Amino acid sequence: MAWFKKKKELKTEKKVKIPEGLWVKCDNCKEIVYKKEIEKNRQVCPKCTYHFRISSRERLRILADDGSFAELDADLATTDPLEFMDNVPYAKRIADNRIKSGLNEAALYGDILIKGFPAVLAIMDFSFMGGSMGSVVGEKISRAAERALERRVPLITIASSGGARMQEGMFSLMQMAKVSAAIGRLRESDVLYISVLADPTFGGVTASFAMLGDIIVAEPRSLIGFAGPRVIEQTIKQQLPENFQRAEFLLEHGMIDLVVERQELKDTLAKLIGNFMPGAAAK
Amino acid sequence: MAYYLEFEKPLEDLENKIDALKRLSDGSDIDIASEIKNLEKKAADLRREIYSSVNPWQKTLIARHPERPYTLDYIGLIAEDFIELHGDRRFADDAAIVGGIGKIGGIPLMIIGHQKGRGTKDRIQRNFGQPNPEGYRKALRLMKLAERFKRPVVTLIDTPGAYPGIGAEERGQAEAIATNLLEMSRLKVPVLSIVIGEGGSGGALGLSVGDRLAMLEHAVYSVISPEGCAAILWKKGSGELGQGDFARAATALKLTAQDLKAHKIIDDILPEPLGGAHRNPECVGRKIAEYILKSLESLQGKSMSKLVDERYKKLRKIGGLTQIQNLQ
Ligand SMILES: [Zn+2]
Repeated sequence: MAWFKKKKELKTEKKVKIPEGLWVKCDNCKEIVYKKEIEKNRQVCPKCTYHFRISSRERLRILADDGSFAELDADLATTDPLEFMDNVPYAKRIADNRIKSGLNEAALYGDILIKGFPAVLAIMDFSFMGGSMGSVVGEKISRAAERALERRVPLITIASSGGARMQEGMFSLMQMAKVSAAIGRLRESDVLYISVLADPTFGGVTASFAMLGDIIVAEPRSLIGFAGPRVIEQTIKQQLPENFQRAEFLLEHGMIDLVVERQELKDTLAKLIGNFMPGAAAK
Repeated sequence: MAYYLEFEKPLEDLENKIDALKRLSDGSDIDIASEIKNLEKKAADLRREIYSSVNPWQKTLIARHPERPYTLDYIGLIAEDFIELHGDRRFADDAAIVGGIGKIGGIPLMIIGHQKGRGTKDRIQRNFGQPNPEGYRKALRLMKLAERFKRPVVTLIDTPGAYPGIGAEERGQAEAIATNLLEMSRLKVPVLSIVIGEGGSGGALGLSVGDRLAMLEHAVYSVISPEGCAAILWKKGSGELGQGDFARAATALKLTAQDLKAHKIIDDILPEPLGGAHRNPECVGRKIAEYILKSLESLQGKSMSKLVDERYKKLRKIGGLTQIQNLQ
């Protein structure tokens, strides 16, 4: 009963004096949680350990040794090759998203130190056009792979994406082939590639670099798949099984190596690098 | 009875009339014979007129035409000593992708393609040309086999997309496609891909990474179907979307062979007879065979490492890239 009271209290309080955004409703357990508490907990719900979607900047704070991340090619931008126009011109959509998200594109990459181990890290950001992969994202992931190979340090990618970016049409689709080819070069070397999957990872991103890691790690409860659950439901006209396309479901079906909580991710990455490429620390 | 598309309706009426006249006459009536001749000329002109200005949505419909030749049709027309090979050795044999070894112009090669079904039973059995992971894994097994025996790989692309199903997800649809992209980019034999009908997104790409990418004149290749694109952009329920919405989306997506050639996404376009490939499959088959032989000849003499290196560079440069001035 206390739960009811609390919720009611909150409602009236919110109306009167609590500033917007101080409290958050957990997407998973639906509990109302104090935002500061979640922030302190690396954006993980303290009630149910649900992992909230986080920005690439927050990920860097969690993963990088202090001040070690140096972003590369931050100024890469799309030419809008198809001059795509729907209700809004794509160029305007990009400009709006840059303002809204404070990001230049849906991915960034650069050199990083993780517990002393040098690596190249690429992170996707769902807040920029749903983390969709167009020319820029494809180019950044490819350059990240090429740089890791050249420096002989591990490549780490953190995926979070709805898939290929529709507004760049076939240019987007071909990015899947491009990034997979770049990862292909790593496969013939002794450079380790760790792919981290965050909520949600779908479509052209899953069907390219995200599922090509030597090691694939996912955050708990993340939705990961090729086709979106709604598309599947509409196609087969059946209810989807419990836990379908969750990280734990993929683990059970042998599609990923590990489900790792956000708090443990840095440690896990460092241990993997330390075991596979210990020499990397000397660089 | 021939199958006509919506925009071919005037042609259908005319050709039905010609058929009726032909049934009526026994060939002795000169007036009817000259009328038939007259109408046939009109029909040919009309077809030329209709096909001189097909829009991207109409091309999508031609690419999906139920009488359009499929992979096995072309194999039957152009390959000798063809033996179909089955199964991924892991789970099943996916009938939505077929493959096998055979000769074209005397050269033994591995031919792999999507296969839509013809007729209700066959269509269901082939899952309407929508592969499951085992289809991509079978294709990869055959490509690796071709590599061992130094046989070039030819893929024929024709799918609405990879199947969105529970089993497909459980068995790793995304991983299967991703692995094919990676492996095809490294394959140490020539790889040629020709889109013969519908190039449906990742499900098409999973068989089409190679040294040459061509499309038939009325084939389409797209990151998303015009219907899917329209539903996302104009956020109406599927019942509310109409032909006009699909046409707008198809135009915006630049999915025709002509658009994609202009954007240098594909290398070549193979012409089709007036009215589409189904009007003369033999002629299209010959064009495909000629293209395969010509392309293999142009790749001949290259070391495999050079071939793979050039393939990498070809993929690597795709993208519309510039620099922004005011960084965030
Ligand atoms: Zn929670």
